[in-house]
Amino acid sequence: MKFSKKRISTVGALVTSLALMTSACGGSGTIGSSSSGGGNSGGKVTVTFLPKNLGNPYFDTSDKGGKEAVSEFGGTFQEVGPDAASPDAQVPFINTAAQQGVKALVISANDPKAIGSALTQARSAGTKVVTFDSDTEPQYRDLFVNQASAEGIAKVEVDMVTKLIKDSGEVAILSAAANATNQNAWIKLMKADLAKNHPNVKLVDTVYGNDDDQTSFDKTAALLQSHPNLKGIISPTTVGIAAAARYISTSKSKGKVVVTGLGTPNQMRKYVKDGTVQEFALWNPADLGYLAAYAGKALADKKITGKKGDTFTAGKLGKYTVGADNTVLLGDPFVFDKSNIDKFKF
Amino acid sequence: MSETSTQREPSSVDTGTAPIVHPSSRSPMNRVLTTVVRSREIAIALALLLVIAATTVTTPSFLFSSNSWRDLLLTPAILILLAVGEAVVVITRNVDLSVGSTLAITAYLTGRLFVDQPGIPIVVVFLAGIVVGGALGLVNGLLVALGRVPALVITLGTLYIYRGLVLTWAGSNRINASDMPDGFLGLGTKTILSIPVLTIIAVVVLAVVGYFLYTSRSGRDMYAIGSDPEAAKLYGLKVRQRVVGAFVLSGALAGLSGVLYAARYGTISSGAGVGIELQAVGAVVIGGVAIFGGSGTVWGAAIGAVLLVTINRALPILGIQDFWQQAVVGALILGAIVLDRVLSARRSRKLIEARDAS
Amino acid sequence: MTMTRSYPAHAHPLWRRVLMTREVAVIALLVVVVLWASATIPNFSGPLTFPFLILDSAPILLIALPMTLVIVTGEIDLSVASVVGLSSVLVGMLHQDGMSIPLAGLIALVVGVLCGLLNGFLVAYVGLPSLAVTIGTLALYRGVAVGLLGTTAVTDFPFKWTNLIQQGFAGGRLPFVLVPIVVLAVVFAALLHFTSFGRGLFDIGLNAEAAHFSGVNVARTKLTVFVLAGAVSAFAGVYYTLRYGSARGDNATGLELQVIAAVLLGGVSIFGGRGALHGVLGGVLLIAVISSALRLENVTVNVINIIIGLLLVLSVMSTSLLGWASKMRRGAGVRGDHARPQKRRVTSSPLQ
Repeated sequence: MKFSKKRISTVGALVTSLALMTSACGGSGTIGSSSSGGGNSGGKVTVTFLPKNLGNPYFDTSDKGGKEAVSEFGGTFQEVGPDAASPDAQVPFINTAAQQGVKALVISANDPKAIGSALTQARSAGTKVVTFDSDTEPQYRDLFVNQASAEGIAKVEVDMVTKLIKDSGEVAILSAAANATNQNAWIKLMKADLAKNHPNVKLVDTVYGNDDDQTSFDKTAALLQSHPNLKGIISPTTVGIAAAARYISTSKSKGKVVVTGLGTPNQMRKYVKDGTVQEFALWNPADLGYLAAYAGKALADKKITGKKGDTFTAGKLGKYTVGADNTVLLGDPFVFDKSNIDKFKF
Repeated sequence: MSETSTQREPSSVDTGTAPIVHPSSRSPMNRVLTTVVRSREIAIALALLLVIAATTVTTPSFLFSSNSWRDLLLTPAILILLAVGEAVVVITRNVDLSVGSTLAITAYLTGRLFVDQPGIPIVVVFLAGIVVGGALGLVNGLLVALGRVPALVITLGTLYIYRGLVLTWAGSNRINASDMPDGFLGLGTKTILSIPVLTIIAVVVLAVVGYFLYTSRSGRDMYAIGSDPEAAKLYGLKVRQRVVGAFVLSGALAGLSGVLYAARYGTISSGAGVGIELQAVGAVVIGGVAIFGGSGTVWGAAIGAVLLVTINRALPILGIQDFWQQAVVGALILGAIVLDRVLSARRSRKLIEARDAS
Repeated sequence: MTMTRSYPAHAHPLWRRVLMTREVAVIALLVVVVLWASATIPNFSGPLTFPFLILDSAPILLIALPMTLVIVTGEIDLSVASVVGLSSVLVGMLHQDGMSIPLAGLIALVVGVLCGLLNGFLVAYVGLPSLAVTIGTLALYRGVAVGLLGTTAVTDFPFKWTNLIQQGFAGGRLPFVLVPIVVLAVVFAALLHFTSFGRGLFDIGLNAEAAHFSGVNVARTKLTVFVLAGAVSAFAGVYYTLRYGSARGDNATGLELQVIAAVLLGGVSIFGGRGALHGVLGGVLLIAVISSALRLENVTVNVINIIIGLLLVLSVMSTSLLGWASKMRRGAGVRGDHARPQKRRVTSSPLQ
C-alpha cells in the first residue's frame, strides 16, 4: 500500500489547521490597537466588574452598587468572576474582557502580581483598569479605589478585639486567601499595632479560610481545638467572620471566645442578636462599587488619567480627588453593633 | 471476609483420586482465628485504633473533650455513606466518580426545598434527596450497562455534567444555615446516647447494605460480575440489571449523604463535595475492595472511610500541616493496592505450589 | 480443485477510507464551529482570539500528545494534572530561593520524569491497574504540591518571562508557545504512526499477550509512555506557571479530565489499540474553540463544563454504538468481542 490512509489524513489535517489559523488571524490590525466591533456601539461605556470570586455576598453588594452607577450614566454592565478566589483564576476573564473591547475593567485582585501581565495586555488593547477593594501593584492598573486607609481598617479591628477581651489574652486571625493583597496589608498593620500598643495581647496564629465558607468553618474549629486558651478571633473578611460566628454560636465557646472583624450586617445580624458577636466593622460595599464604576467611566471618557490631583464626580457620592499612588479613598470604616444593625440592609 | 481460605474441604464427588487440597489439620478455633487475623478489615480497624491512640497520647483532648468525641464519630458519617455506595460499584468492576457532584445537587436541593416550601416535613426532604440521587445514579448505570462504555469515562463525564448543573442552578447563590429549620440542623449535631444521629444513620445503612450484599442473590451476583463479567453473562446472570442496580444504589447513597451534608454544615454552596469522590475511592481501596472487582466488603470500605477522615483530623494535631492530607491519602491508596497485589501474588503462588505438589 | 477469487485490497474505496474516519469527522466539526463562530459571535474573528485560544489550551494540547500514547496502549494516566501542579510548585519555590527560571524548569522536568517512572513502574512491572495507580498518584503528587506550598501562591515571577509567554510572532498573533507545541506534535505523530515503537503501542492496546509473544517489550514500552506523560506534564506545568504568573499547589486541578475528554473526542478508543494524533489535535482544538466562543458570549464556565462532559459521553457512546451498528450489519456470525467494537479489514487471502 503506497499511501496509508493515515498519511493522507495527516496531510489533510495539516492543510485544514493552516486554513484555520489563517482564518483566525484574519482580524484587522495588530494586537496593539483596540479591536473594532463587538461590545461598544457609539459612545456607550462597557464596564465589567471582576470580583475576587462570585458567590461572595460582599461582592454581590459592591457589584450591585456598580450596576446602579453604570445604569445611571448609561453604560453597559457586566459581572464575571471565578468560583474560587485563586490568583490565576481571574486571568481568563481579563483576557475575555480585552477580547470584547471592554472600556473599563473594575477588578478586586486575588494577588498583587499574578494578573499583571494579563492586565498589561488588556490596557494595551485599550481597556482602562480600575482596582477596588484589593489592589495590584501600581504599575498594572490605572487607578485604585480603596474603601478606607489600610491603617484605619487595621486599627478599628484591633481596637474592637482588644476592648472586648479587656486588653489581655490570646487572639488569632482568620483571614481570606493567603495571597490577598488587602488582607495581607491589614494583617501586617494589625501585627504592628498589637506589638506596639497592646503588650498583653498575644497573636498566636493566622489561618486562611480562602474566602470559602466551608474552609473557614473548619479552620475555626481547628483554631479552637489547637488553642484552648483563645479569647478572640479577628476575621478581616466577611466570609470568614460569618463562618466563625456560625461555628462558635453552636459550640461551647460561645460567649467565651470573642468574634469580630469585617462583616456584612445581613450575615451577622443573627449572631449579634444571639450574643456571639458584640460588634464588627465595615463600610458600605455598594458605595465602593458605585464609586469604582464612576472612576472607570471617568478614565474611559479620558476625563482623568488617574494621576494624583485629578478630580471626578461620582454621581450621588459627590466629588473625589485622586491621592498618592493613584488611589481614591471612599471614607472611614463604620462599626456595627446591636444598637444600629437593624438600620442596614446589605 | 475478603480472603478465601487456602484450606478447603475436599469436594464430595469421589473422583477416585486423592483430593488436591487436604482437609485442614488445624482446629476450627485456629482456623477462625487465622481468618480473623488475616482479614483486611481487622487490620485497618487496628490501624484506626493505633492512629487514635497515638494522637490521644499527644493531645488528650483529641478523644476526651466532649466536642471531639462527637466530632470523631460525626465527621466520617458522610464519607461512610459514599464509601459504601462506591464499594458496591467497585465490586462489580466499575467505578463511580460522579458521587461528589451528586452530593452537591442533593445538598442544594435540600436547601432549596426548605427555602421554597416552608414547613415541608423533614422526611420528605430525605426521600427527595435519595430519589434524586438514585435517578442520577440510574443515568450512570444505564449509560454504562447499555452503552457498554467503561464506567470511568461515563462517570468522568457525569462528574462534569452534574457539577455544571448544580453550578448553573445555584449560580453564586448560597443556602445559609438560617434558611433551614432548626429541627433539621439539629440533626447535624444531635446525639442519642452520645452517638451522633448522622453516624447512626450511616451505620444502619452500612449494616443493611452489608447484609444484603452478603446474603441475597443479587448481592452475590455483584461479586460474580466483578470477578469475571464474561463468565457471569454466559452463566446467565442478569449482568445489566445488577450493574444498573449498583449505580442506582451508589447514586441514592450519594443523594442521602447530600442531605446529611446540608444538616451537618448548614451552608451549601455549589462547591460542596468537590473532590470527595477521590476520598470515596481511596476509602474503598484502602478498605480491601479490589479495584478490579469481585472481592472486598462494605465493612472494610466503611472502616477505610473512618480511617481516612481520622487521619485527616489527626494530622494537624500531630504537628503536620493539614496541607499534607491529600499526599497521605495518595500514599495510602498506593500502599493498599501494592499490598493487595503482593498478597494475591503470594496466594496464587501458594495455590500453584499446592497444585503442583500433589 | 482450486478456486481462485480475487479480493479487493480494501472493502471501501480510498476516498471513503480517508474521509469517513472519526478523526476527519472531528476536524470537519471543528471547521464548521470556527466558521459559525466567526460569523455569529462578535469579536471572535478579532486578532486576540487565536492567541488567547492557544495560550489557554496549550497545556491541554501538550499533555494530550503523550496521553494519546498512554490510552492507545490500553492504560490511562489520571495523574497528569497533579504533575502539572507539582512542577508549578517546584518552579515557584526554586525561583523564590533565587534559582533562575530555566534551571528551575529543568529540575521540574526531571521530577516529572520521576513521577512518570513511578507510575510506569507500578503499572508495567508490578502489574497494577493503571486506573488505581494513577488515582493514587493523582492524590500523592497533588498532595505533595499542596503540602509544599500550602495555599500560598508564589507570584513573584520576572515580568520578562511572564510577558514573553504572551508575546509571539507576527505582532503577537502566533504565540511563542506554538513552537514547542508544533515540535512535540510532529515528534509524537511520527512516533505513533511511523515507527515500530508506535506500532508496538497499538499492538499492546489490542492484545498485550500477543504483543509480548511477537517480541514487543511490553513492560518497557508502557514504562516509556508513562515517563513521556510525566515529562510533558512537567513542561506544561512550567508553562502554566509563567502564563498565569502564579505557582500554587492546586494549579490545573481537573485538567486531566479535559485532556482525556479531548483525546477520546478525537477518536482514540478508551480500550486501546485505535486512534490517530490528528484526531486528538482536532479534539483539543474543538473543545478550545467552543470554550473560547462561549466565553466571549459570557457563558459561564459551568455551562462550558457541562458541554464538555456531554461531548465526552456522546463521543464515547457513539464509538460504541457505531461499532455495534456495523457489527449488526455484518451479521454476528463471528465470535463477537463484546468489549471491543473494531473495524475489520478484509485482507486479500487466497482460498484453497
